[in-house]
Amino acid sequence: MLLKKRKREDAEINGSSLADIAFLLLIFFLVTTTINVDTGIGLVLPPPPDPSQEPPPIRQRNLLNILVNAQGQVLLDGQPASVTQVKDKVKEFIDNPANNAELAESPQKAIISIKTQRQTPYRIYIDMLDEVKSAYRELRDQLSQQRYGVLFNVLEENSEQQEFVKDAYPQKISIAEPDDT
Amino acid sequence: MGNFQKKSANTKQEIPTSAMPDVVFMLLIFFMVTTVLREVELKVRVTLTNAQNIEKIEQKRYVTYVYIGPEVLQDRQLGDDKVQIDDAIVEDISAIRNIMYDKLLEQPRLIVSLRVDEDSEFGLLTDVQMELRQAGTLRINYSTKREL
Repeated sequence: MLLKKRKREDAEINGSSLADIAFLLLIFFLVTTTINVDTGIGLVLPPPPDPSQEPPPIRQRNLLNILVNAQGQVLLDGQPASVTQVKDKVKEFIDNPANNAELAESPQKAIISIKTQRQTPYRIYIDMLDEVKSAYRELRDQLSQQRYGVLFNVLEENSEQQEFVKDAYPQKISIAEPDDT
Repeated sequence: MGNFQKKSANTKQEIPTSAMPDVVFMLLIFFMVTTVLREVELKVRVTLTNAQNIEKIEQKRYVTYVYIGPEVLQDRQLGDDKVQIDDAIVEDISAIRNIMYDKLLEQPRLIVSLRVDEDSEFGLLTDVQMELRQAGTLRINYSTKREL
């Protein structure tokens, strides 16, 4: 047998600079990245008003009017109130545990109307919307806790339980157009 | 004289670096995936307000942003409240209707995220909302930060 001994150069690519290249790219993406998850208060606007159609009649007791002026002062159905009171008042209005004839017939029929002036700063408007959302969240949590023993946001998305709680306390928030003042 | 030379250990003191490119590449791919390269250049000042009951928007590709705030002029001065969509300030509010309608045709499940400066007046926002209603883009979101 003839054993040929050949000395060969290693056919490897030098990979030591690969790390440098990768680091360079990495630093570029590190610097340019902004990991931002958009958070906020979701809302669904009503479709544009149809002038030929009259708005559906709403019984006065099912409607809670919240008026906010540019200074952040609040009127709840004509009664002056402070921002911190709004949540409890709204909860009482929606749930109406004492079956008060002044308050909503049922949570399904309750409508919260928020009206502000054109000059009202956005911050105050959001605070008010947040209070109303808080009221709904606490009511939903309460029902969910009672029925299923967990908080509302723990319930599975689009599950039967979640739909049930949503149906029990539908969020009906109306953003009224401000008066021109 | 005594020999003061230190005896060095016989073991190699090198850290194996052969796995480093893999680690770096993994990080690289992570950042590449999460990067959004082109943030819009803001022409208005937007300082977001805080709220407690906020939701995350998971479906980022449905989102389009509308910025409302005082216009940033030269020398860092602030002008009147303006509406910015994409890269341009929209002077004519009634043009929003068409812009949004076009966007809605492209993405039927559009969510309009309103990024409004906390000191802006509600009046302009309500005009914009009116236009959104006309355009049929009814799902909106008031962008806010979590209250601490």
